[in-house]
Amino acid sequence: MTTLEPIDAYPTQRISGFSVRAGRSLPFGATRVPGGVNFSVFSNHATSVTLVLYRSGAAEPMAELPFPEAFRVGSVYAMTVFDLDVENLEYGYRVDGPHQPWLGHRFDATRVLSDPYARMLTGAGPYRHRSRVALDDFDWEDDRPPRLPHEDLVIYELHVRGFTRHPSSGVSAPGTYAGLVEKIPYLKELGVNCVELMPVFEFDESDNIFTGVNYWGYSPIGFFAPKASYATTGREHMQVDEFKHLVKELHRAGIEVLLDVVFNHTAEGDERGPSISFKGLDNATYYMLTPDRHYYNFSGTGNTLNCNHPVVRGFVLDCLRYWASEFHVDGFRFDLAAILGRGPDGELLHNPPLLESLAYDPILRDCKLIAEAWDAAGLYQVGSFPDYSRWSEWNGRYRDTVRRYIKGDLGVTGEMATRMVGSPDLYSRRGTAATVNFITSHDGFTLRDLVSYDHKHNEANGEGNRDGDDTNHSWNCGQEGETDDPAVLATRARLTRNALLLLLASRGVPMLLAGDEIGRTQLGNNNAYCHDGPLTWVDWGLREENADLFRFTRRAIAFRRAHPVLRGGSPGSVHWHGVRAWSPDWSGHCRVLVAMFDGGGDDCVYVAANSHWEAHALELPAPPRGLTWHLFADTAAAPPEDAHEPGHEPALADQTRFVIGPRSVAILVTH
Amino acid sequence: MSFKINMNVEGDTATIRLAGELDGRSAPELNDLVSQAVGRQVAKLVLLLDELTYMSSAGVRCLVFAHQKLPRGSEITLVGTQPEVAETIRLTGFDRSIMMR
Repeated sequence: MTTLEPIDAYPTQRISGFSVRAGRSLPFGATRVPGGVNFSVFSNHATSVTLVLYRSGAAEPMAELPFPEAFRVGSVYAMTVFDLDVENLEYGYRVDGPHQPWLGHRFDATRVLSDPYARMLTGAGPYRHRSRVALDDFDWEDDRPPRLPHEDLVIYELHVRGFTRHPSSGVSAPGTYAGLVEKIPYLKELGVNCVELMPVFEFDESDNIFTGVNYWGYSPIGFFAPKASYATTGREHMQVDEFKHLVKELHRAGIEVLLDVVFNHTAEGDERGPSISFKGLDNATYYMLTPDRHYYNFSGTGNTLNCNHPVVRGFVLDCLRYWASEFHVDGFRFDLAAILGRGPDGELLHNPPLLESLAYDPILRDCKLIAEAWDAAGLYQVGSFPDYSRWSEWNGRYRDTVRRYIKGDLGVTGEMATRMVGSPDLYSRRGTAATVNFITSHDGFTLRDLVSYDHKHNEANGEGNRDGDDTNHSWNCGQEGETDDPAVLATRARLTRNALLLLLASRGVPMLLAGDEIGRTQLGNNNAYCHDGPLTWVDWGLREENADLFRFTRRAIAFRRAHPVLRGGSPGSVHWHGVRAWSPDWSGHCRVLVAMFDGGGDDCVYVAANSHWEAHALELPAPPRGLTWHLFADTAAAPPEDAHEPGHEPALADQTRFVIGPRSVAILVTH
Repeated sequence: MSFKINMNVEGDTATIRLAGELDGRSAPELNDLVSQAVGRQVAKLVLLLDELTYMSSAGVRCLVFAHQKLPRGSEITLVGTQPEVAETIRLTGFDRSIMMR
């Protein structure tokens, strides 16, 4: 059979020594086509655009190809260039136009800009912002996303480099996507079924005026480009393959992959920041500008992406579709998502088109969409984020309430009850999938530090300890920081377990911070964005040192998996008790909270929490359906009795009474 | 170093010897030979790589091409793979469809 060769596969003219023809406007970016590469780029206000081609690593371009006027359709410049060796090619755009900051225009034809749609960036060295063409073929075999029901997720938030970079990780490629693949058995053993990766889009690791290190990466420069320095094969420019391999292997293990994505700002900063891409391509379109054309700063980082501008909206949508379809990722967590509901002048939109588009997009239909429902300008939308019955939220109120309850604050028991059953005050119409419950995240104290420090200790961040949140609702249990006082350590161990147990017995989607299950510390630093070292890396020696805590966490996760009633159910499936059965005490001085989740059959769970420093005897309700009470967990008990293997919980000798220890949480289950 | 490639088919086994650099420019030659081998209904493909000095990302992709072209259950064996190349193949998951010796 012969196939009809398209005429498009032939050049029509030569520019700067290269055979070219008018390209196709869509898709944007650099796309391999028969015989060549199609380059397409948007600029609404440019007067001319030039494609700049380099051989890999070369200081000077091998050619500059101005787009002929005939190659422009609307505001899109497109050209197919033939006979390129894409593996030995780097490219960028030189864009000319007015430099009139008072009108929002910052064109500068002396600069070569990276392609906002670049599938790869060089990622390191002096030319790290240059774009590269990715080979996108990959053998997915029969990869199928797990498509777990949202409410069944147990999310594990991790930093790709930090998770395996420490020498103790024992992996062959520390700090990389491939290194994470080697830790999949650990994730399986722990029992989590979803990883949320902190930013993996290309970002500038030196973007920080205080320490010169940006470790977290909430400062993107290449939204379509997986970070090359997280790939051990990045030197061979195979980060796309290595990342796809990671997703494929996680899926094979039944683990979903969420990406933490940052669409609220870029690494280009404000007037003083560098011009890397958007700023020189079309500043007035891509950024929210004040009436006098300065940068709005709703993100706290200098600029704000103009995400509800139709062009930028299309960019965001293209980007997420790319990650969902090309990389098979299962969902996204949106950094400072409240900004995504703001219009071009920063005003709050009632029906933000971007959020609506994402909620109804056909390619994203099965993707989880999770909003960090606040921004750096004081907008706080937890419970009121425009959700289109689709978006879920990082529940900041869950975090704050559980923290306050655990340390024994008065007057929070009632709110704690609300948080435990899926925060119906915020999400009653939505079900339990709407709330992502967490106590710790990358942003703030680790769990160990939450019970070890009254105050943040961020001196090493270079800002005189002024950065980072001051309101942590933390308690050091009697001594600030590291100690060998057994009484303090015992209290901390108990509070740590209380937190984990409450989180994993609450309705809503629990999220754990990587390392909390083995007692990771940042020595009281609650804003460790700027440290790429032992302070932020997971120390795998803790796996042995705190084996008790790991076992406890593993059992708590397994227990949740065994009990659907903890993940959702009608309001009528929750019964409140107290020191007396069927008599909850909602008064302001009460620190005892008892919930019985009854899903029928064997699925009945009694959760008792006591944040008082005294023990209390609890009258037990009669177990339903003639069953008997068994003890799953009691944080007052010494390991390994702090939690039992789910399914093998010992029966309680006294079926009518249970003594809950000081500052303890206990869980009973019927068999 | 220039790229050299030749193929020898004996029974149900095709043996392809590569020398030099396998990259985006030379990869189509390997793919052509693989297609020829498929036309001759081989069940085993052996790639002799000890004279190969470099395999780029496009070169690694030839392995997927071969895997998908050959009938299911066919064996693909790489002999004499340089350690760095073997590592790249392993870390990007392309080793799932092949054996390396």
